[in-house]
Amino acid sequence: MSTTTSATPAAPSTDQTPGGVQRLTFAKAINLGLRRALEQDDHVLLMGEDIGTLGGVFRVTDGLQKDFGADRVVDTPLAESGIVGTAIGLALRGYRPVCEIQFDGFIFPAFDQITTQLAKMHYRSRGRLTVPVVIRVPYGGGIGAVEHHSESPEALFAHTAGLRVVSPSSPVEAYAMIQQAIASPDPVLFFEPKGRYWEKGDVDLDAAPTGPLLDKARIVRAGTDVTLVAYGPTVQTALKAADTAAQEGTSIEVVDLRALSPLDTATVAESVRRTGRCVVVHEAPVLYGSGAEVAARITEECFFHLQAPVLRVGGFHAPYPVAKIEHDYLPGLDRVLDAVDRSLAF
Amino acid sequence: MGTTGPLTDDGLVQLLTPAGVRTAHPDYDARVAHLDADALRGLYRDMVLVRRFDTEATALQRQGELALFAQGLGQEAAQIGSGRALAAQDHVFPSYREHGVAHTRGVDLTDVLRLFRGVDHGGWDPVGHGFHLYTLVIGSHTLHATGYAMGVQRDGAVGTGDPTRDTAVVAYFGDGSTSQGDVSEALVFAAVNNAPVVFFCQNNQWAISEPTSKQSRVPLADRGPGFGVPSVRVDGNDVLATYAVTAEALERARSGGGPTFIEAFTYRMGAHTTSDDPSRYRSSAEEESWRLRDPIDRLRTHLEERGELPTAFVEELAAEADALGERIRTTVRGMGHPSPASMFEHVYATPHSVVEGERVWFEQYEASFADGARAGEGSHR
Repeated sequence: MSTTTSATPAAPSTDQTPGGVQRLTFAKAINLGLRRALEQDDHVLLMGEDIGTLGGVFRVTDGLQKDFGADRVVDTPLAESGIVGTAIGLALRGYRPVCEIQFDGFIFPAFDQITTQLAKMHYRSRGRLTVPVVIRVPYGGGIGAVEHHSESPEALFAHTAGLRVVSPSSPVEAYAMIQQAIASPDPVLFFEPKGRYWEKGDVDLDAAPTGPLLDKARIVRAGTDVTLVAYGPTVQTALKAADTAAQEGTSIEVVDLRALSPLDTATVAESVRRTGRCVVVHEAPVLYGSGAEVAARITEECFFHLQAPVLRVGGFHAPYPVAKIEHDYLPGLDRVLDAVDRSLAF
Repeated sequence: MGTTGPLTDDGLVQLLTPAGVRTAHPDYDARVAHLDADALRGLYRDMVLVRRFDTEATALQRQGELALFAQGLGQEAAQIGSGRALAAQDHVFPSYREHGVAHTRGVDLTDVLRLFRGVDHGGWDPVGHGFHLYTLVIGSHTLHATGYAMGVQRDGAVGTGDPTRDTAVVAYFGDGSTSQGDVSEALVFAAVNNAPVVFFCQNNQWAISEPTSKQSRVPLADRGPGFGVPSVRVDGNDVLATYAVTAEALERARSGGGPTFIEAFTYRMGAHTTSDDPSRYRSSAEEESWRLRDPIDRLRTHLEERGELPTAFVEELAAEADALGERIRTTVRGMGHPSPASMFEHVYATPHSVVEGERVWFEQYEASFADGARAGEGSHR
């Protein structure tokens, strides 16, 4: 803080912000969602490593420090626990910090602050305190990175009561979901599929973020033979699988979970009651992964509708491998279709 | 008492000797010049009441009324002196032994026992008292304090010159906490942001069984300057000195001068908690040597020798302490049993379908025993 008086610059007028329907990358859609949140609430702050002058290593915060100032778009020391811990303090003072964890594998120094402090503050204060902190995490693989840059740790947080855990699957969804995450009074882990940052979609920038985007799964593509459940980066994989399977006469229904906490079992169960088959796909290892939770709940709720066991496709119980073989580790199109075939053949 | 290493006496600010004699200190005399006999008796009263709370709570634990208690015995001067230097708008982030500071912030001490009885994870309104909930994972809250102070800066509540507006934040933590990475990160964030936060470290020399020498080879206060945070060592059993150094650090913070690290050198006269047995790791001779430096005795001697502790005051205070003890006993025993379904409350601030689903299931499960249809079941808890 360079001055002792309030150094918050006035928000730029909204006419500086693009409007209408625009074709945007996933990363730019988040950028504009953050911009909108910064404009609409003076108490929204962005915090993270290299997010200011540089605009973030993925440029998700590009240009925001220039327009909103260094007190609202804060380049922090390189300490993840410090980022989240001070964000909790800022939230207790009435601010709405949005933290960027530079890469998935860097979140663990902050694990204590997230799971022990952030997740429990509202509960242990009997509702007297709220901590509306958003933690943005570029996650997942497929970009040829070095180790600790391609992981999918979302289940660790979904296992912790008090946190909301979401992951958008498209630019449209990302633009709306980041705004809802920031508006939420609950802490939100916002997992961004970094392998999809450069994919484009048409986004209506004037559309208000409506609907229960942080609570409800959505059926992305209707089908009748198999329900394919995905979220984040694997939704596009699932849609490709549905296209391919359709050519062979198999009708796949694709469900985008959007949220792992809360897990919208109802939408998945409704689909599985119609199809009788369910395959879950995520990049994270299947052992104790979110697919296991979906499988258990669908088995409980749809037991007499199931024509086959719920199958899971995901990473293996090995550390994320070296880049040259990461596509053998990740659940690609072939592995997904193989699981669909196994489900149909059961 | 070592003369070198982390337990040295070197550089301790002291305004009252252990014998209760007021000693001059050119840097800090002015900070306590306004404290007249009434004010000193007020500090004495605070310490006596807080110690009575400690005694009563320990007894209640022994009687099975509390699951656990963390005694503050011996640290009254560090807590009351620093706590009484605070302004109403200041905000405190305590660890779990700061009952004395809680008292100065107007927290009803019986509310502190809600946590130790197992009926609440908190127990008081942290916003209204400017006193956050206790933090049991040591050191974590130093970051919360620093972030809160960064919010104070953004609110423009620093350096305005308005004594009712300018705000400081204090994090209380112990010698063991200083080894936690979060404390170092808090010092980094506080320093580079010039945040209005005071790091108040009570070095009570024991982190359960580990002496300060397991945490540091040098005085803990030496850590501050390496981060660019000025530090001061103070005799933590001298209520005037802790008041003075805290007042100075608070003023620096509120005026925009940035953070300060205070090491209050004191002694945990009791056990770590009621589950601990200090005889396994420290000598009775050491304990006895610190009993001779009791913070309450020190101020009492000082007041008595100046004829400023009249019998009527002492008797009234004794009666007040007795009444507090009675109220603590009655209140604790009267704390109700939390409803089992309350475990589902406030997990989230907005509805969460999984929590809601589990709550509904649990309530139906509980209700299933009520109509006698499942007689004999449900008794195995």
